[in-house]
Amino acid sequence: MPVTASTAPSPGLSAYADVTASEASLRRFLHGLPGVDQVGAEARAAGLGTRSIKTTAKALALDLAITMVDLTTLEGQDTPGKVRALANKALRPDPADPTCPAVAAVCVYGDMVGVVKEVVGDKVNVAAVATAFPSGRASMEVKLADTREAVAAGADEIDMVIDRGAFLAGRYLQVYEEIVAVKEACGSAHLKVIFETGELQTYDNVRRASWLAMLAGTDFIKTSTGKVQPAATLPVTLVMLEAVRDFREATGVQIGVKPAGGIRTAKDAIKYLVMVNEVAGPDWLTPTWFRFGASTLLNELLMQRTKLATGRYSGPDYFTLD
Amino acid sequence: MARIDVRKTYKLYIGGAFPRSESGHSYEVQDSKGKFVANAAKASRKDVRDAVVAARKAFPGWSGRTAYNRAQILYRIAEVMEDRRPQFVQAVQQSEGGSAAAAGRQVDEAIDRLVWYAGWADKLAQVVGNANPVAGPFFNHSAPEPTGVVGVLAPQSSSLLGLVSVVAPVIVTGNTTVVVSSYSRPLPAVTFAEVLATSDVPGGVVNLLTGDAASLGPWLAAHMDVNAIDLCGLAGDDAVTTELEVAAADNLKRVRRAPAAEPDWTAAPALSTMTDFLEIKTVWHPIGV
Repeated sequence: MPVTASTAPSPGLSAYADVTASEASLRRFLHGLPGVDQVGAEARAAGLGTRSIKTTAKALALDLAITMVDLTTLEGQDTPGKVRALANKALRPDPADPTCPAVAAVCVYGDMVGVVKEVVGDKVNVAAVATAFPSGRASMEVKLADTREAVAAGADEIDMVIDRGAFLAGRYLQVYEEIVAVKEACGSAHLKVIFETGELQTYDNVRRASWLAMLAGTDFIKTSTGKVQPAATLPVTLVMLEAVRDFREATGVQIGVKPAGGIRTAKDAIKYLVMVNEVAGPDWLTPTWFRFGASTLLNELLMQRTKLATGRYSGPDYFTLD
Repeated sequence: MARIDVRKTYKLYIGGAFPRSESGHSYEVQDSKGKFVANAAKASRKDVRDAVVAARKAFPGWSGRTAYNRAQILYRIAEVMEDRRPQFVQAVQQSEGGSAAAAGRQVDEAIDRLVWYAGWADKLAQVVGNANPVAGPFFNHSAPEPTGVVGVLAPQSSSLLGLVSVVAPVIVTGNTTVVVSSYSRPLPAVTFAEVLATSDVPGGVVNLLTGDAASLGPWLAAHMDVNAIDLCGLAGDDAVTTELEVAAADNLKRVRRAPAAEPDWTAAPALSTMTDFLEIKTVWHPIGV
């Protein structure tokens, strides 16, 4: 799948050059962002979750959601065999139905990139988590080496974690510089920045982290590693969608959003799609700008898809486990 | 001053909880003389879907328990029913009419039936299992195993004894079940659900839906994650029974066909009430290695 990366710095972005010039100016800017109305954000997210999407619209939404899935396995017990099976599933999620689209990408640890690449070639992107995922607790050299290795192995996308310790301690410039350095190490590969919103405590912090990462030149902002609860929630994603919308208005640069972890049912996925459309706008309703980080979600989407096609409820026995 | 009646709206029993119908629908339940008794939730196809998910989730735990433990739990259901005997007698009399003594006999029979099936839990394998003689150096054993999630359309006229007679044989062997109760006489089933919730039966093992068997049956019969279905509640309706059998063929469900008329539930049950929802597993094991 071709991905359009924003390589050249946009003229809009240069207006923010002095914001990122020093720790003090960056802090002033981030803390000057309007605060998030927590109750309002949660109510808005809940309200958007009540939309009823049925029949043909539902069929379209399910197919779109499948094409947006980053099929993920990030476990210590991942074997090359399991990863290969997952990669095959990414190419053809429902072997019984050739009209079922492929997913957007396969997301694995850096050392498994080669295994996935062998199977999927250029048909599906390969995303690798890097920078001492999931904690992000390692020296900068290690993080950059981790990134370079994954890119050299053929990763099309790099999912990095920010140093939450530094962020929560208020050392924003350090986080900013890390993202800039990793982005440089990525070369032509797309960069997704994981905030681990479950550890950021407040929606205000999520908004600040979003702007920080966008100013640093990321291509995607991603909610969570999937290793911490709560992972992706509707309100957190709402705050991030608002951030990318505002950022494009201010700078002309479009950034993608990826909620990850905790999205398990097809209904949840459709709620996210509704929110993307309503908050960020239809421009984001493509796999280029919106992704789901998920593993079990795909089977749920396939079961719903089968239910729509056949008119009867399907069961988990008819889809692969991994 | 006369006290104002509390008008009740009963709910479904899914996964150990008592949710309202997803559809929000309910229907009026009348007693045998046509007088309003209460409202019951009218289950929709989505309640069927949720109930199947709950039953599937409960299956590994329930089938993994020892037969002895399942027997104890069935016996416990009988105990709790005994405690609630007056309530059951009243509910049965209200739904089916007749005398209190006749209703009492139905309830007693239902409790005895549970005890009877409880006794079968750890004996059935000895009766229908076997050590097979084979021409080779192998032990060869056949043993019954539960088939999985079983859909049950409960009898329409026998509201308690009939219900217990179709549910107990399904769960005693380790299956989990989604039951659609009698449409016009659902209240004994609702009380039975309350008994299940308080008698150590893990949530999801029995899921009780009050509603129309003819409209819910097709969803249950066609559901790919249901392994067997008992069509008893459609007794006498040959055309619909056949339709559901056809729908059930897609994933090779075991089907217990509806009888031409509702049987006499006081008669001693056949072993087939249990064996119809079992799989026989045969194991070859080398001797002397």
